[in-house]
Amino acid sequence: MSEITSSAAPPLPAPAEKLKFYGLWVGAAIALLLLPKIFSSGGSLTTFSLIGISIIFALSYNILLGQTGMLSFGHAVYYGLGGFLVIHAINIIGANKLPMPLPIVPLIGGLTGLLFAVLLGWVSTKRSGTAFAMISLGVAELIASSALILRTFFGGEAGISANRTKLLRVFDWNFGPQIQIYYLIAAWTVIAVIAMYALTRTPLGRMCNAVRDNPERVQFVGYDPHVVRYLAFCFSGFFAGIAGALAAINFEIANSAYLGAVQSGTVLFATYIGGVGFFIGPIVGAIFVTFLSLGLSDLTPVWQLYFGLIFIAVVVFAPGGITGLLMMHRPLLKAGTLPRVLPSYLIALVPTLAMIAGLALSIETIVHFTVSPGDDSHIKAFGVSFDAASPYIWAMAAILLIGGFLVARRTWTWVGHAWDHATSTAREKGIAA
Amino acid sequence: MSAAIELRGVEKSFGNVAIIRNINLSVAQGERHALIGPNGAGKSTTFNLISGYMAPSSGSVLLRGQIISGLPPYQINRRGLSRSFQVTNVFANMSVWENLRCAVLWATGHRYAFWKNIDNLPEVRDRTAQILADINLTERRDVPAGLLTYAEQRALEIGITVAGGADVILLDEPTAGMSHHETEHAVALIRRLTEGRTLLIVEHDMSVVFGLADRISVLVYGQIIASGTPEEIRGNPKVKEAYLGEEAA
Repeated sequence: MSEITSSAAPPLPAPAEKLKFYGLWVGAAIALLLLPKIFSSGGSLTTFSLIGISIIFALSYNILLGQTGMLSFGHAVYYGLGGFLVIHAINIIGANKLPMPLPIVPLIGGLTGLLFAVLLGWVSTKRSGTAFAMISLGVAELIASSALILRTFFGGEAGISANRTKLLRVFDWNFGPQIQIYYLIAAWTVIAVIAMYALTRTPLGRMCNAVRDNPERVQFVGYDPHVVRYLAFCFSGFFAGIAGALAAINFEIANSAYLGAVQSGTVLFATYIGGVGFFIGPIVGAIFVTFLSLGLSDLTPVWQLYFGLIFIAVVVFAPGGITGLLMMHRPLLKAGTLPRVLPSYLIALVPTLAMIAGLALSIETIVHFTVSPGDDSHIKAFGVSFDAASPYIWAMAAILLIGGFLVARRTWTWVGHAWDHATSTAREKGIAA
Repeated sequence: MSAAIELRGVEKSFGNVAIIRNINLSVAQGERHALIGPNGAGKSTTFNLISGYMAPSSGSVLLRGQIISGLPPYQINRRGLSRSFQVTNVFANMSVWENLRCAVLWATGHRYAFWKNIDNLPEVRDRTAQILADINLTERRDVPAGLLTYAEQRALEIGITVAGGADVILLDEPTAGMSHHETEHAVALIRRLTEGRTLLIVEHDMSVVFGLADRISVLVYGQIIASGTPEEIRGNPKVKEAYLGEEAA
């Protein structure tokens, strides 16, 4: 290493830091191993399995959106095709007793996703921005509608199913019980997350960021942005295919919903809410959205409406997503000024929650009178029973919503002041915000 | 020996409007050549035509004797021609270090590699560190490029341009908008970084042009009206009339 390198280049990670870094991965793997010991019910195992699938899918999506700056409205195509191929593969392997155990079957899904990304990606990645988004939407609609037309392959409305237990056994596991599927998904999640993280640390991964920031300039440092986007797209398709394969194995069925706009929307949603600017963002988003969709659907019939509201709130108020919001506090934590903003958060929380409660009450009341006005007006939402026909409830909703907003607006200003104060102190201490 | 850059009868029109009208220009290897002319004369368009940002309507551009007009920018860059931009054009969300590293990757042969760890490439590190030190931004290494001061961004712009090791460098108004003091720094930097390379520079500051250039070409209304040493240009009546005006008198 030359003298200039040692003085000008960023220091290579010290052994202690490397240890910490690898320790984090090992720790995560151990946590996944022990998780079923703590939460052993069938329901929680299913939830964890869905989260694992969702993490892989969201991270694969972020290779496009966060890393390379491509907004796709049709990422479910590669997820769904991976799922369908895997169901067919399981059936073929099972019927012919081929020597292929279930744990390596997700690779078939990945290769399917890769193959279709290779085929469909070249044209759509020619441009980024609106052109890419529109083409992705068109391709998605095309594939999703063919799923209903090409019945022999996609199985029409009903989809196609398979029996995952008929394959070659490894360690005497037949992958019938959910716990075995959980471990299969957990293992693939760890592998896929590590692989996708490693990808960001390669020359291609860095050039993806450069293409995202400034595709024009990339051309003048020797790179063809089209090729960079195309390769990112292929990787993204590969990992989406793995996620789809795991979903198909988990449910033992693949149907047209796998490929549809809702699936494409959900992954965009999870990735964005988690935060596209950080590698960990989509992981956070996948966990949050999976829990939210499972939890909310029990609490209210119009849970998708709340989903949409949350999405809008994130886009407007926290474009960095949950992770971005948390990361904003890092300089304050370092400077020790975090305690200065926390009280203002607590104060703001009370009227904000009141406002949200008023909003939820209004929504549920309106939904009752628009969707099923003839039914009994005593309804239950979020575990709370109330009479949607009662003027007192309407008044309460209005007071909570409007009053909450008026008070909350003032407390938000306080939060802003406390924030400015805390960050400027942090900056004085030489910690960049 | 063929010229580093040669333009033969290059023309460029947008619709019916001819921006570049039959330019013939030759820049010898190792020469520092300045392209001057009033606003709207077509200097930046000429740069765009040479660097592949646009294709000429007719005529051809040659790099070391080989035709490059019609090639995309990245292929021209790979052949050893690199340009900067008049309006700073960097990777705003990436750190200074990452900006320079991106400019080094292709030239060090790593291309689209997705099987190599970026932190494990010593020659990339060495070259990036060298350029970082050359442009005096070591202190600002980890700052996102978008947060640099204007003069620092201009230095980074030049750094990205030369980092790949291209031996033909095109700089589009590198000192535009700089203070007198900053300009002096920038000129010293340009002199140092383009040592032994061919330089074609567009510049408005006449002290920079006459101090730096071996030869000067004057572009007016899409045509080169004179080409020669600084002395010849200074004494050329056509240039005085068309461009320098009273300034030179």
